[in-house]
Amino acid sequence: MTRIKTTYNRRSFLKSSLAAGGGLLIGFNWLASGCSTNAPKGLVIPEEWFEINAYLKIGDNGVTTIFSPNPEIGQNVKTSMPMIVAEELDIDWKNVLVEQAPLNTKKYTRQLAGGSDSIRTTFTALRMAGASARLMLLTAAAQAWDVSVDELTTEDGIIFHKSSGKEAGYGKFASAASEIAVPEEVDLKDLGDFKIIGHSQKNVDGLKIVTGKPLFGLDYKVDGMLTAMIVHPPAFGLKLKSFDAAEVKSMPGIKDVFAINVYNDDYSRQWSDTTSFTELVAIVGNTTWEVWTAKLMLNAEWEPFDVQNYKAAGWGGDSRDVTVPGGLESSSNHRKKIIAEASKDARVVRRDGNPEEAFKKAAKIIERTYTAPFLAHSPMEPMNFFADVKEDNATLVGPIQSPEPMQKTIAERLGLPVENVEVQMTRMGGGFGRRLYGHFMAEVAVISQKMKAPVKLVYTREDEMTFGIYRPMYHAVYRAALDADNKLIGFHVKMGGIPQNALHANRFPAGAIDNYLAESWSVDSNISVGAFRAPGSNFNAAAEQSFLDELTEVMGVDSIQFRLDLLKRAQENPVGENNDYDAARYAGVLEDIREKSGWNTNSEGKNRGVAAYFCHRSYVAQVVDIVLENGEPKVDHVYSSVDCGIVINPDAARNMSEGSVVDGIGTAMYGEITFNNGEPEQSNFDGYRLIRHAEAPKKIDTYFIENDIHPTGLGEPPYPPVMAALANALYKATGTRYYHQPFIKNTFEV
Amino acid sequence: MAVYTLKINKKEYQVDVDPSTPMLWVLRDHLNLLGTKYGCGIAQCGACTIHLDGRAVRSCITFVDSVGDKEITTIEGLSENGDHPVQQAWIEHDVAQCGYCQSGQIMSATALLNANPSPTDEEIETAMNGNICRCGTYTRIKAAIKTAAKS
Repeated sequence: MTRIKTTYNRRSFLKSSLAAGGGLLIGFNWLASGCSTNAPKGLVIPEEWFEINAYLKIGDNGVTTIFSPNPEIGQNVKTSMPMIVAEELDIDWKNVLVEQAPLNTKKYTRQLAGGSDSIRTTFTALRMAGASARLMLLTAAAQAWDVSVDELTTEDGIIFHKSSGKEAGYGKFASAASEIAVPEEVDLKDLGDFKIIGHSQKNVDGLKIVTGKPLFGLDYKVDGMLTAMIVHPPAFGLKLKSFDAAEVKSMPGIKDVFAINVYNDDYSRQWSDTTSFTELVAIVGNTTWEVWTAKLMLNAEWEPFDVQNYKAAGWGGDSRDVTVPGGLESSSNHRKKIIAEASKDARVVRRDGNPEEAFKKAAKIIERTYTAPFLAHSPMEPMNFFADVKEDNATLVGPIQSPEPMQKTIAERLGLPVENVEVQMTRMGGGFGRRLYGHFMAEVAVISQKMKAPVKLVYTREDEMTFGIYRPMYHAVYRAALDADNKLIGFHVKMGGIPQNALHANRFPAGAIDNYLAESWSVDSNISVGAFRAPGSNFNAAAEQSFLDELTEVMGVDSIQFRLDLLKRAQENPVGENNDYDAARYAGVLEDIREKSGWNTNSEGKNRGVAAYFCHRSYVAQVVDIVLENGEPKVDHVYSSVDCGIVINPDAARNMSEGSVVDGIGTAMYGEITFNNGEPEQSNFDGYRLIRHAEAPKKIDTYFIENDIHPTGLGEPPYPPVMAALANALYKATGTRYYHQPFIKNTFEV
Repeated sequence: MAVYTLKINKKEYQVDVDPSTPMLWVLRDHLNLLGTKYGCGIAQCGACTIHLDGRAVRSCITFVDSVGDKEITTIEGLSENGDHPVQQAWIEHDVAQCGYCQSGQIMSATALLNANPSPTDEEIETAMNGNICRCGTYTRIKAAIKTAAKS
């Protein structure tokens, strides 16, 4: 047991008026469809609930509702976060109901789905919520039985007083516990005593998902709700000139057609307000198909802009002026610009030893160039949101990764106090970073305000894929200096991109090489970009880990042993000071994957590649095996070894890692957005290729390093390295090195 | 606008819609059968898969006018309480991540198993290749189909 003070956002543990029903969706007919609870078969819903704190309420029969604070995007936090609370509450998981909490910045810690940080940043608060509730129940029981709290024990929601033989379920003391003061200190379980954490539990929404219950934003409905769609400029570099509302206004089911300004001119944008298109045409009507039909008929004219200026506060910093260049950009020009820029001097971000000297005296220099294109996140559920804006308050419901900053955006845009803007999160049909940028919330809020009615905004797939906020276009040149004995004596990485680069200068192999240089550059663009699953890393890992593979081939050393030797150096005698990885944990996953994949014993005759990477505070090593079927390479087997600290829900964690593997292979093989005169050339899944069933690996094995380290990221870390393991395995299978994504093209032609 | 009588999940429904309306939006907007999902609108992703006389079709390009008296089955009509073997297999393998594509995956898998009760890996891949899962749950989907095939 560990005794800790309940200082962590103490307000969370005070009784909240958060609402009997969890504040969720009460009064809407959406509820009638059976979404209010996920009661498993046989569970008796209590007649009376007692709220213990913002995270849980206990019923008179002991059944407990746990509120999952963070947005659920498919990372399974709606199951794993309540598991953490239930563990410390010491209740039988079978007696737990789960509800999604609404946004409540006073009660909860960091309600954001991003950075693979949901569990890491809330783990302690969730444990404390369960532990303090348990102690309050014990205190109530001790008072009733006139014994000391120390004499009481619990198991699966039952309180025992061993010496007297008394026992009672939590339900019996829930009412009294809800009146007890929040304890100053609580005991947390030892890791070895965990009965729920570390034991696989099924997705709490599993039954609803397979029966098609309305869970997602697009499924949300209220009486009298209108449907809206937007029309945005067809190309980056264009803005709205004029449009003919009259023609489509008279179409069946259409209520109104008008232009909207998403943000006010003097508004200082937050990081989550990214958009290229602030002036849009809104079409509002009764049903999706009527509005869509009208949208297709709308005649709008667009004109190029010379330059666009706005204010941005970024990540909580001071407001600064942002200038977006005009012009209609094309991919061929992007490539030309990149080649020109890459040959210029760049910004030195990290320099250890004397890299210039090392390259000067090198017996051999290996230099390779890697590139990756713009990508569209393409979550399966297109962007959408619901808003009901009244004179003095607003309710917004839908799929959003960043409800907290968006609440502020909406409040400011509507001129309402932030506390009068309620944000409720539905389950999200994916996001991958796209739903960190909630411009669509501002859009629907403005539309609802104008219509004086509840409105659901629906993006078509084409709207979404051509709207921007892409993964940037990346370029990297890696150089290695070898001495006459083929020893690595210098390392140089120069990373660039449009409009951002992917450099993480303090990551491996920084710290392991005496002479190291990391530089970066970028080129402005009017194409908007945003965080995309494992930002930066999703290119770094692919490039760096492919380069290391090629290096080991030239050096004539084993790929895994080479990395381990470098990591040993970084561990024992690190170069520089700001190395942001733990070399021992990094080596740990490599050693594990070497054993699990049989790298030294079972590689004969296999086309296999290895890669390892550190991001989001976690370590992943992967081995990919490729077979040739009728001469075509096919991914047969993927092994992943993952160190993300304590694993909350093992089978769901495996699922997450398997998904990252599939996604990583798909991204590297097929993903690409290109432009012609500012216009994205892919607008749906006929042009933008996502990985499909037949292209997925036949088998994926995932291993977690067992340790007692505070949980770190999992949604993103297994995604980047598999791209390099794939490239390295493809080389073995085909004799071709893969430098340029998408690998099906493997070119970077101007 | 025109009035259509549709046989959906063994019940009869009447809707008054434009003949060009895809079944996807008839189901979602007019009948509140929200399990059938919109993903692409051009029959590329399979999220909107329903059965028409037992055959898997994409409801986003199946116009209401073309349905006639064919029987429609949606995810809601697959079973009363989620106890269809395919649904049960999905739960057993805890297939879903975001879950958005899964009703379409399940409808495609069910149509496959109805026509071919014990499909090979290759037959599964071929039958399921029109259904995209952006989260990448393909290996679990395949495992769940094999489990369902056994029951």
